[in-house]
Amino acid sequence: MLYFSRWKIIAIVAVCLAGILFTLPNFFTREQLAALPSWVPARQMTLGLDLQGGAHVVLEVDTPALVKDRVEILRDDVRRVLREDRIGYTGLGSQQTSVQVRITDQNQIEKATAKLNGLIQNLADTTFGGKPVNDLTVETPEPGLYRLTLTQAGLDHRVRRAVEQSIEVIRRRVDQLGTTEPSIARQGANRILVQVPGLQDTDRLKAILQQTARLTFHMVEDRGPSVLEGAKSSDTEVLYTNDPTPVPVLIQRRAMLTGEELVDAQATFSQQSSEAVVSFRFNTSGAQKFATISQQNVGRPFAIVLDRTVISDPVIREPILGGSGQISGNFTVQSANDLALLLRAGALPATLTIVEERTVGPGLGADSIAAGKLATVIGGVAVIVFMMASYGLLGIFANVAMIINVFFTFAILSSLGATLSLPGIAGIALSIGMAVDANVLIYERVREEQRLGRSAISAIDTGFTRAIGTITDSNLTTLIAAAVLFFLGTGPIRGFAVTLAIGNITSFFTAVTVTRLMVALWVRHYRPARVPL
Amino acid sequence: MLRLIPDDTKIPFMRWRTVTFPISVCLLVLTVMAWGALGINYGIDFTGGNLIEVRHKGGPADLSELRKMIGGLELGEAQVQGFGQGDDVMIRLPEQPGGDAAQQVALNKVKDKLGDAYEIRRTEVVGPSVSADLRRDGAIAVAVSLGLVLIYLWFRFEWQFAIGAVLTTAHDIVLTMGVIIIFQLQFDLQSLAAVLTIVGYSLNDTVVVYDRIRESLRKYKKMPLPDLIDLSINQTLSRTICTALTTFMAVLALFVFGGEALRGFNFTMLVGIVIGTYSSIVVSAPMLIFLKLRTGGSPEGVAKSDAAAAAKARP
Repeated sequence: MLYFSRWKIIAIVAVCLAGILFTLPNFFTREQLAALPSWVPARQMTLGLDLQGGAHVVLEVDTPALVKDRVEILRDDVRRVLREDRIGYTGLGSQQTSVQVRITDQNQIEKATAKLNGLIQNLADTTFGGKPVNDLTVETPEPGLYRLTLTQAGLDHRVRRAVEQSIEVIRRRVDQLGTTEPSIARQGANRILVQVPGLQDTDRLKAILQQTARLTFHMVEDRGPSVLEGAKSSDTEVLYTNDPTPVPVLIQRRAMLTGEELVDAQATFSQQSSEAVVSFRFNTSGAQKFATISQQNVGRPFAIVLDRTVISDPVIREPILGGSGQISGNFTVQSANDLALLLRAGALPATLTIVEERTVGPGLGADSIAAGKLATVIGGVAVIVFMMASYGLLGIFANVAMIINVFFTFAILSSLGATLSLPGIAGIALSIGMAVDANVLIYERVREEQRLGRSAISAIDTGFTRAIGTITDSNLTTLIAAAVLFFLGTGPIRGFAVTLAIGNITSFFTAVTVTRLMVALWVRHYRPARVPL
Repeated sequence: MLRLIPDDTKIPFMRWRTVTFPISVCLLVLTVMAWGALGINYGIDFTGGNLIEVRHKGGPADLSELRKMIGGLELGEAQVQGFGQGDDVMIRLPEQPGGDAAQQVALNKVKDKLGDAYEIRRTEVVGPSVSADLRRDGAIAVAVSLGLVLIYLWFRFEWQFAIGAVLTTAHDIVLTMGVIIIFQLQFDLQSLAAVLTIVGYSLNDTVVVYDRIRESLRKYKKMPLPDLIDLSINQTLSRTICTALTTFMAVLALFVFGGEALRGFNFTMLVGIVIGTYSSIVVSAPMLIFLKLRTGGSPEGVAKSDAAAAAKARP
């Protein structure tokens, strides 16, 4: 156990040096690092929000409200299609997720069935291999009575979409704050986690998260490069399309409709050509306006404008009376989804409630780092002194191993780009205390073996061998707890689990390998008759 | 060199179990009673509500004035607590009726009321829908970690060791919770992380002692189990104390110098280390005898035959 081949010594020393090398970037500023040649490791640990200050906001999509809205829209749709064809009905009402209606005229049953079945939309669901999902089912419990129920799959789809859309909207919005590295992520089924490091004005963030973006519909006067030379009028303005090479479009400044009137936009499949299209739908007043405008403007193009960019400018082929329309144009399922998403992004698709908010001012963050550093250093020094007092020279070896272990922890955290949070600092301090445990186990064992009459070399050898099994068992149990903390914890707790786990693994390496190397070199050089323990 | 524990200790820990076991049981019962009587002082992570940490600009804050100000907002039982140099104040509001949005309203009311005299250093708002999830996740985390460890130890050792280790750890968790309950300390996500860390630490300690018992079982095939356990505990005593001390020192430094934000976590850890060390010495190993008692007969007799059987099982 005490023999180390030359290449092994070199390998261990190299690993230790690498650990130090990868830790070093943390001691420099970003500007200094940028000036270094590219082959020098320059990754630093990211500081958590609790250390650099910032805002952590969890938003939740209001699912019950979403369902309620859907049912109301469905009821309005039923009323509309039946009225359109003058089908007599009675008892139109809605329950939790369904709408019920009774057709009074038996002769119109067939027509009503076709009309109501026409309300079914098959949502192009990209998450399950593009298999279409029906958003509602139409049942007839008795002749003339219809029950339209929103399917769970359809509702789930909508909640999922609502979260996706909100994340998209929020991302665009938060990016405009100009802070570095905001992170926006889904959390669970219906929550969104927004983290903005370094942000001080959290009220502004919250306002932006709950603000509605603007989607507008305008009549198009002209399009193409020629409009730039054309006569300017106070009623019109030039906007550009979102094509790879943007095309200028001259539009009427007055919006004929806004995104607030839009209730839905989905990627669907065209009934005729079965190609992917984007269908959208207005609310009742929007539908009326849209009908009037489209009746008066058949043959003219109109522009769908999102954040002052023309998303699409189709020609109105015929009056659009149903309050819904389709945008077609060589879409793949993906691009149709994207456009639908953009359309919906105009307004937040559902009410977002702030369910959790944690903000830390930059002053407190700086204080926390200072306190954490001080505490770690004091704890470290106390452990070092104690180990030296208890184990003398071998205690110094253990201390060197422990310090290298801290370097390893920092090196791994830096190269993973992991986030160091306040509990993470606690994890490091704790692993300093526990890092020497493996060495304590080994040394106590060596002491024991020596007391039993073994020679120095034999005692050291046996001590290391015997202790490794125990170290493995004890470290693995701690590792299990850390793993559970990681997988079940959130935010800062995860940070703590990561540092604890890394410290645990690296301490196993340093105690078993690095200390052993030092002890072996010492034994080889001095040939001690007794281990000074 | 510093020797905290003499080399050849022969402390009869097993004889002490007639004292330590009842003590442990009493403490456990006390914890359960305190739990029923006092309840856990959950932090806002688990109850929902607001926490606002502010610093008064220019000198110590007037706490009674602040209490009056916050109290006037009619936001329920608000806690106003000074710390640090006296200019730092922690304000806690209970969960507001009216769902998640109501918490935000309460936060803004307090912010408006505080005005410019205070720097807002930290705010935490946890709505009812999140706090319920966090409570559930916490309980799952503790259960899952204990389950996994049970499985691991079952594979590595015999079932008595696995059960013994898990019971010991459960004992440590309950007693740590007992301290939190009796002192009515705030129990939040940090305390939960501390409890889970104690799971790791306490197991670590227990496993070291168990490892030695297993080794001794192979070595001393004729030795009665209580003697063998005593021997093993004494042999590992020096290590147990040493590691407990280094860990305690590191956490103590965090507790004293690490700032307010981690105080709860660190205090819980300190308590846990003491309890974990105590239990790994006088609870975990004697528990093994207790577990084998179920085969019938007198404790000593069973222990002897068991030791022999255990020795036979391992050639």
